[in-house]
Amino acid sequence: MNKLKKISSYRLFMPLICLLIVLLVNLIMTPTFFNISIQNGVFYGYMVDVINRASELVILAVGMTLVVSASGGTDISVGATAALAGAVSVFILTGGENTTDFYHAPYALGLLAAALTGLLCGAWNGFLVAKMKIQPMVATLILFTAGRGIAQVLTQGFILYMRVENFKYLGNSIPGVPLPTPVFVAIAVVLVTSIVLRKTALGLYIQTVGVNAKAARLVGLNATLIQFLTYTFCGLCAGIAGMIITSRVYSIDANNAGLNIELDAILAVAIGGNSLGGGKFSLLGSVIGAVTIQALTTSLYAMSVTADQLPVYKAVVVIIIVALQSPGFRRLTQNAKRKKVA
Amino acid sequence: MIKKFRERYDNHTFLLFVTILLFVVMYTIGVIVFKDKNFGKVQVFLNLFISNAGLIVAAVGMTTVLITGGIDISVGSVVAMTCMLLAWMMEKKGIGAVTALIIVLIIGLVFGLVQGFLISYLEIQPFIVTLAGMFFARGMTAVISVDMISITNETFLKWANLKFYLPFNFLASPNKKGMLVYPYVFPSVIIALSVLIIVYLMLKYSKFGRSIYAIGGNEQSALLMGLNVRRTKLYVYIMNGFLATLAGFVFCLNTSGGFVEQAKGFEMEAIAGAVIGGTLLTGGVGNVIGSLFGVLIKGTIETFISFQGSLSSWWAKIAIAVLLAFFIILQSVVATKTKKK
Repeated sequence: MNKLKKISSYRLFMPLICLLIVLLVNLIMTPTFFNISIQNGVFYGYMVDVINRASELVILAVGMTLVVSASGGTDISVGATAALAGAVSVFILTGGENTTDFYHAPYALGLLAAALTGLLCGAWNGFLVAKMKIQPMVATLILFTAGRGIAQVLTQGFILYMRVENFKYLGNSIPGVPLPTPVFVAIAVVLVTSIVLRKTALGLYIQTVGVNAKAARLVGLNATLIQFLTYTFCGLCAGIAGMIITSRVYSIDANNAGLNIELDAILAVAIGGNSLGGGKFSLLGSVIGAVTIQALTTSLYAMSVTADQLPVYKAVVVIIIVALQSPGFRRLTQNAKRKKVA
Repeated sequence: MIKKFRERYDNHTFLLFVTILLFVVMYTIGVIVFKDKNFGKVQVFLNLFISNAGLIVAAVGMTTVLITGGIDISVGSVVAMTCMLLAWMMEKKGIGAVTALIIVLIIGLVFGLVQGFLISYLEIQPFIVTLAGMFFARGMTAVISVDMISITNETFLKWANLKFYLPFNFLASPNKKGMLVYPYVFPSVIIALSVLIIVYLMLKYSKFGRSIYAIGGNEQSALLMGLNVRRTKLYVYIMNGFLATLAGFVFCLNTSGGFVEQAKGFEMEAIAGAVIGGTLLTGGVGNVIGSLFGVLIKGTIETFISFQGSLSSWWAKIAIAVLLAFFIILQSVVATKTKKK
């Protein structure tokens, strides 16, 4: 009994249980959900699809977790930033043509451009939040509104196609590798981030700033710089995600690339058991959150729910998950326990 | 002059003043630049209200929620759901326009009640709750019908096309035949402005309104003062749910139909309007009059773009973002200056 209590008090217990429940439902509803087959040397199956499609979300959720932790606010511009980064990169690679079958600029330059765009957008948000002390959501609302507009100006409102075979590698799979590339990118981002956060004191600093920025400054931490860095990093994550999104469909549609993905990223952070009020965070929790959301989406598709109606079910499940983790619910259950004892 | 003004009024009044001034300046520029296209006509000004009536209602509700320190991003989806429900009930089910309207408004109250309960009693972050609300409402719109439904109900169309003329000769202008044409507004504008006035008075003079400011300023202090924080918040979200569906109805009067993609990003426009009007997202500060001007500024930019003719609509978005940046930074500068005093 005590052991059970110990396990259930573990930080990631609830998020993991939620993910398990989502997967278990599939066992009943869609028995083929866990089948994995190999076609043309590549793994196929719903589970592969889940981790593949969750990749962008995982990358964004990593950046979002740090932003939430350090500033107690959310970055709602990541979707627009991803679209903008993708647009800049494709614009450079296609030389501004609507469709092309060769690179007009070296591929590495395109990647660099996407990363730089992400960094710049993140730095702008970071400047507003950390230096100008503007509430995060309002500060990022600016890029949220303008990002896709700027991308549209760049693409002249057209969808730009990049029809080169190796452009698709990043978003699909490299010949000879059985797993989709985005999965590796996501794992790399998570690993690098957590190593940096653990091997240096940066993780601790971020949490300190998030718990109390003033106190952090008084003990000698540069709170402004730390907040700025988290936003810049979040922008970089958005840039990487933007490249993956673009590569998946080897084109950029500034209106629809990464649409509403910022909402899913914020949701991933919340479902992962992190407080949106800032402070303590768990990267792994956010990763689990992101996978849970994608698992839910894929499961619903497997149960042949249409894309338009999907949000209804998603909303209901999300509310149940966050309600189970909410302070109010915990209070209610504790009261009930106390009554039982008495 | 600005110094004298600042001495007499506090910062928030100053910011509101800047917003109104900016609107006047922008509009005057429009009148001068597009003189040959009749930008200065009274009707063009009234059209600002006509085409943004729904947004005004939504922004008023949003401002109230923002003052409590919360947020509601479900508004746009609720508007879409309202339009779709109205269209579906009247066209597919043959329900009368009045009954349909009442049903929709009740749904809005229930929607607000559920969201408010989750936020104030289960203490889930407003952003997450209303995010789920946004998914839910948008999804429900698709569940009702994936295809667009146009409204042909006679009563509804009569409401939508009812013109209220302003019978003042000095406002009227001659048309091509030389007949005097009086400027007019639709019922949507009258609904929007009444909502604005009622909520303004409520926020300013009622006990409920003052509690909203108190809670937004500091929840702990409000609680210690003996205010029922949870219930007040619940009421605010219920009211906002009602206003969101009312905004949907007003929006529907303009569009006369429902489809899934309708009113996307509406909530962000409402938030942007409120922020330009001087509402702080941290809560405690805000004014619905400011939000009205925030919405009008957005409308003026759009009118500019449509009068100019060759610019694409995404320039409007960029322009609004630039303005947003300007106001936000201005607020920040004003706020830090006061602290130094």
